[in-house]
Amino acid sequence: MISSFFLRALEGRILAAVAVLLAVALLVPAANLLTAPDSALHIPTYAVSLMGKYLCYALLALALDLVWGYCGILSLGHGAFFALGGYAMGMYLMRQIGSRGVYGNPDLPDFMVFLNWKELPWFWHGMDMFWFAVLMVLVVPGLLAFIFGWFAFRSRVNGVYLSIITQAMTYALLLAFFRNDMGFGGNNGLTDYKEILGFSVQADGTRAVLFALSAIMLSLCLVISSGIVRSKFGKVLVGVRDAESRVRFLGFRVENIKLFTFVVSAMMAGIAGALFVPQVGIINPGEFAPANSIEVVVWTAVGGRGTLIGPIIGAILVNGGKSFFTGAFPEAWLYALGALFIGVTLFLPKGIVGTIQHRFAGRRAAKAADEAEKSAADTAVANQIQAAE
Amino acid sequence: MSQLVSETRPASLLYLDGVSVSFDGFKALNSLSFVVEPGELRAIIGPNGAGKTTMMDIITGKTRPDSGTVLFEDTIDLTRKDEADIAQLGIGRKFQKPTVFESHTVWDNLELALNRKRGVFATLFYRLTPQDKARIDEILTTIRLTHRRDELAANLSHGQKQWLEIGMLLAQEPKLLLVDEPVAGMTDAETAETAILLREIAKTRSVVVVEHDMGFIRDLGVKVTCLAEGSVLAEGSIDFVSSDPKVIENYLGR
Repeated sequence: MISSFFLRALEGRILAAVAVLLAVALLVPAANLLTAPDSALHIPTYAVSLMGKYLCYALLALALDLVWGYCGILSLGHGAFFALGGYAMGMYLMRQIGSRGVYGNPDLPDFMVFLNWKELPWFWHGMDMFWFAVLMVLVVPGLLAFIFGWFAFRSRVNGVYLSIITQAMTYALLLAFFRNDMGFGGNNGLTDYKEILGFSVQADGTRAVLFALSAIMLSLCLVISSGIVRSKFGKVLVGVRDAESRVRFLGFRVENIKLFTFVVSAMMAGIAGALFVPQVGIINPGEFAPANSIEVVVWTAVGGRGTLIGPIIGAILVNGGKSFFTGAFPEAWLYALGALFIGVTLFLPKGIVGTIQHRFAGRRAAKAADEAEKSAADTAVANQIQAAE
Repeated sequence: MSQLVSETRPASLLYLDGVSVSFDGFKALNSLSFVVEPGELRAIIGPNGAGKTTMMDIITGKTRPDSGTVLFEDTIDLTRKDEADIAQLGIGRKFQKPTVFESHTVWDNLELALNRKRGVFATLFYRLTPQDKARIDEILTTIRLTHRRDELAANLSHGQKQWLEIGMLLAQEPKLLLVDEPVAGMTDAETAETAILLREIAKTRSVVVVEHDMGFIRDLGVKVTCLAEGSVLAEGSIDFVSSDPKVIENYLGR
């Protein structure tokens, strides 16, 4: 049962993408750790972390594609799930600082000492254990998505209205996390990490492993997503996107279908956030900003929604472009992003991967039609010859 | 034999009594009463705004009535169920505008409609069995679309989409099929073909057809119910109904 699920998932393009990602997971750390700094093949550590960041964004875009591209739920709040996953990991990293903080308090993170708190709030308990933090990376975004989706999908909130509520959700969390009383470091967030599982977060080796993990998790989530969309469930999902009432009148519980997908997607976003935080070294409420969630939609649209691979390419391209532009022409970046979005909407409405797929499909169809015509002509000729004889 | 069958089967498949519903003060249905027997093929006619589509909305759980009784198989109260429940009970519905999954192939459309477990995990790990395959092939033959099975539904002609939708309803294996204007926008040849198709389907289940096309209704040759202003105006054979002075005044034209 499970094996057929994964077998179906590893169809051509997905298999190729996974192979590329796994190769990258191996080669980039190798080029960083095993080559001399002056070698042409050397990749500096800052670049490894930067690319690791792109892979986390790619995973976030993939998560969005699952709900938007396949189920038609335009979530403008996926950044919230990403940030929650990030905070869960950030809390673990904060607890690993121990007495090495500025105030040297072995039990409380610096910001709590500064706020004059005497003991750890209840929701910080257990976050010093890695396995528990990892569990929370999945559970917290998943639970929020479940509660949100339970109400939204049951009351049949759709389209623009749903998008607006998701924006409101991430904005509400932004405001909440800004408050010092929330116990998540307020405005400054969580930072100044020292160690993860006993390894220094600054060390080249740790950064290389985090990069490799990002690539591996991205391929794993890609395979799972592919399995989902290629199953009968995935076909129902597309049905919900294209003709929701038909799905309902066929006897499917549309709200459960949406809820499952939304929760899976939120968990993937959480994983992305958790891998992001140790690589950039900080998580703060800024990650909840509504604009961040909208940017994810742009990456997905640029790469091609409903293609799984498109959002990965889109996220890497747009963020790569962002890094380049903000370095080379800092003032031009926002114009470039705007131009990119307009350009894609006008000339590549299906996104990069979507357009390529469409071209290929078109060519195949034309070829098939040609052949059919040819064979029809052949039989006609043969018939004529027969008749003549 | 027939005695035996009537004992095991419910007396009525669908039973509506005194059903009223109003939208913003407009009475869409006004104490409508209406019975469909098991195995019956019934046609419903009536002017625009007579409440035909609203009636279907109520039967399929899309709209809740303000008052009245809606029973399926004599015991199941449909007003307490939602669309998915009602579909699983065995009531299929074809919309006025053909509604199929355009980005799926004809085959996939039927596979999705097949009456199998519809839960998240059942569909996630579903594998096509030889029985299901045979069933889909059978339906493809019935709806005359075998040669287009791998085509995207979006590429079908209007009439073929209507048939595909009917095929999807068949795959659902409903006890009752509600069909809203199946021949709207069809060519004459397609209309005649559809009449044959519906009669074929009605051999194994009850079918209620809403239609404007009088020629088509005549082709079907079944009991006709004429609705007007949310209640039943006349009921009987097509000749009986179309000679009724009230029907002529309200619907067929003065």
